[in-house]
Amino acid sequence: MSDVPPTEPTGPQIGADEWVARSDEHAEAPRGLVGRARGVFERVPKPVVFLFAFALVAFIPVATSQTDNDIYFLRVGTVALVFALLALGLNVAVGFAGLLDLGYIAYYGVGAYGYAMLSSDKFGLHWQAWQSIIVVVAVSALLGFLLALPSRRLVGDYLAIVTLFFGQIFYVFVTQGYRVSFLGLNNDLGFDRANWDLTGGPNGIANVDRFTAFGFTASSERAYFYVTLTAVVVVFAGLSLVNRSRTGRAWRALHDDTLAAQAMSVPVNWLKLMAVGVGAAIAALAGTINSALLQGAFPDDYNTQVLIVIYVMVILGGSGSLAGAVLGAVVVSVFMFEGLRPQTPISEWTFNGRWVFYGGILLVLVVAIRPWRRLAAILAGVVAFGIAMHAIVAATTTKGTDGLLNTGPEEFGEGGWLGWLIRNWLALPADTYAQGTKTPFNIALVGLIALVLCLTLIRGWKRDVLLVPTIWLAGFVWETRLVLEASGPTRLLLLGAILVILMTARPQGLLGKPRVEIV
Amino acid sequence: MYAVFQLLGYFQDYQLTWSYLLDQLVAGLTLGSVYGLIAIGYSMVYGILKLLNFAHGEVFMIGSYIGYFVLTWLGGAADPSLPIAVVIALMFIAAMLGAGLLGVVIERFAYRPLREKRAPRIAPLISALGVSFFLQQLAVICFGSAPKQYDSYSFDAGSLFTRISIGPFEIQYMQIFVIVVTAVLMLGLTIFVARTQVGRAMRATSFDLEAASMMGIDVDRVIVVTFLIGSALAGAAGVMNGLIFQNVDPYVGFQVGLVAFAAAVIGGIGSIPGAMLGGLAIGLGRTFAVGYVSSAYQDVIVFAILIVFLLLRPSGIFGVPAPSKV
Repeated sequence: MSDVPPTEPTGPQIGADEWVARSDEHAEAPRGLVGRARGVFERVPKPVVFLFAFALVAFIPVATSQTDNDIYFLRVGTVALVFALLALGLNVAVGFAGLLDLGYIAYYGVGAYGYAMLSSDKFGLHWQAWQSIIVVVAVSALLGFLLALPSRRLVGDYLAIVTLFFGQIFYVFVTQGYRVSFLGLNNDLGFDRANWDLTGGPNGIANVDRFTAFGFTASSERAYFYVTLTAVVVVFAGLSLVNRSRTGRAWRALHDDTLAAQAMSVPVNWLKLMAVGVGAAIAALAGTINSALLQGAFPDDYNTQVLIVIYVMVILGGSGSLAGAVLGAVVVSVFMFEGLRPQTPISEWTFNGRWVFYGGILLVLVVAIRPWRRLAAILAGVVAFGIAMHAIVAATTTKGTDGLLNTGPEEFGEGGWLGWLIRNWLALPADTYAQGTKTPFNIALVGLIALVLCLTLIRGWKRDVLLVPTIWLAGFVWETRLVLEASGPTRLLLLGAILVILMTARPQGLLGKPRVEIV
Repeated sequence: MYAVFQLLGYFQDYQLTWSYLLDQLVAGLTLGSVYGLIAIGYSMVYGILKLLNFAHGEVFMIGSYIGYFVLTWLGGAADPSLPIAVVIALMFIAAMLGAGLLGVVIERFAYRPLREKRAPRIAPLISALGVSFFLQQLAVICFGSAPKQYDSYSFDAGSLFTRISIGPFEIQYMQIFVIVVTAVLMLGLTIFVARTQVGRAMRATSFDLEAASMMGIDVDRVIVVTFLIGSALAGAAGVMNGLIFQNVDPYVGFQVGLVAFAAAVIGGIGSIPGAMLGGLAIGLGRTFAVGYVSSAYQDVIVFAILIVFLLLRPSGIFGVPAPSKV
């Protein structure tokens, strides 16, 4: 590890172990009501906590009726659970064993396409769900093994390259797989047709069977919710057992220091293969569920963007933590994906992602800024700044300050009372957007990014002062530009930003344990 | 014998002529120049920081967009307000400056904080993925996901793409231009690294970062210069790519970046001539794959070359196998 740059002068003294130097911090128990509550929580055995949490989740469908709105709710839940399964699987390779597996999405796709091929009209095979699941999961695990086999000698970075290419190849194969031939020689070799259609190409495979096994067919949203929940519980329980086993400890040893682990006679190569294989099997299971849920397999559900989304889930939750993976998946898929849809009827009073956006900013401020007087001062500054800007713009231009705010209850005009507040706080151009000019708002977006970057450079009261226009500008950019593409590029943009910010601010994620790098 | 004959039957008649082969060779070298320029950025950064800078492909993409906007600002390819040579020169200068600046900003805000915190190896990789994704989606939001047309065929009524004969080769002016510019940039870089004070500092830092900092080298500055140069070259490659393929879209960075990345690995990541050679190899491989096999599976062929190299010679053509020090 000689390639690590020198310590900053602010670090512990030379010769003092950082962990030891900071041991007082670790030993100090949190005081007050929060501390006592945490103490009680920590005395409850972990399995009880998880059982309770999962039982609570299992009651969600019971509490809902089968109206359209509730079916939407259930679908959000099921998708979140599928992602939780994926995050759990990725966590094995990335969190436990520390392998940056960028081809993970391919195993998910193999699961989905495998199930779609075996249980649909595509080839006229209508295998029972349990048969196809077993076959597909086994094939995917084998594929993971085979791919990890040549890369087992590779150091972290090279493994990332090979697996990234593998994910790309899978996507190419799936989109091109509707005209597969043997070197273009099918006619010469006497096959019955010039091209075989294996994957349906860009159109994917439609009309995939619902899960059928032993005479039962899972056809309702509730059924899929429970199927997925069962899968998550089983995988979760299995992984937490593995995590505490010899294998789990060996994985962690591998993660911390491969060379030292090898010196301690840990079978490094075999463990790497196993981590990738187990992850691949779990991803394939998630793929089969997704395939049956959507009744189809489509290439764009299995591209690199989805891979990054799963990574954000694992990293946000805390890589290496099982509960973290599930939490990350739920947070990202519920809040970032469903919450940011402009037209999502989560309930009657939130018709768009505005709650998620402003709520998110407020939450970060509350967590990050202490003491509360500073927070109050900043918030007051933000409000005052906004009203001042609004007044200035209203006084100097005739273009109006009423912006385009979409949908909501009408008592307060468009956008509900939150919309009313925002309209009187921001100076939104009334008609500019309608004419199709996006350039000023794009420039504002880039300016916002520049401001945020500047914020990381300065300290103290200057930062607090700069924070005020930054938040206002964030609101402006959100209302004029980002909200329009909130279900598309915007949420992906935010996911990318989350990855970078997490890595610099809190690499261990929400529930992960901070790692001490031993040099 | 019959099987070979069968296999030859797979090719079209025109694919079996010499001129077609030579055309492919020239096109491959041109494409390889672009890949090589991008690969150098990957390689230089890896040489010093041991970091796979996934965001490098996106820097290339932004460079390509900057070139496009300069071109549009100067009246577009069909009706430029300045002489063509000046327009193209300005496109290159703006793209290289903009991309270089972007590279420095990325280093300053996404990688340096991690370095100062001594984060684990995997952290900057994930941060790089995040930056890559962020820039890609930012381009989608700001520039739209539809491709922007460079329309370089319209330059002087298409004369940039006229073919001239040099010996057995028939080369477009554009291809000569790309290859020559690449050669000039390469030569400049080689002289810079070999002869100047900063270049020497770069080599020292790449050899041993800690020791270099003990010898009074400002390592942070060397890293900034590395990012600046690597990203500027990617910006130049972006303009070339736009001129050759006529357009630019937000996803081009990921696709081309990935291939250039393979080129850097094949050449021996960390080595500058290796990156160029790897770029040429991949460019030729890809062009021949498109010309003779199938355009759909060109990535598969790049991948196959990469896997073979990683299995047989993981350190690449010019790389030196790194002994792991504890």
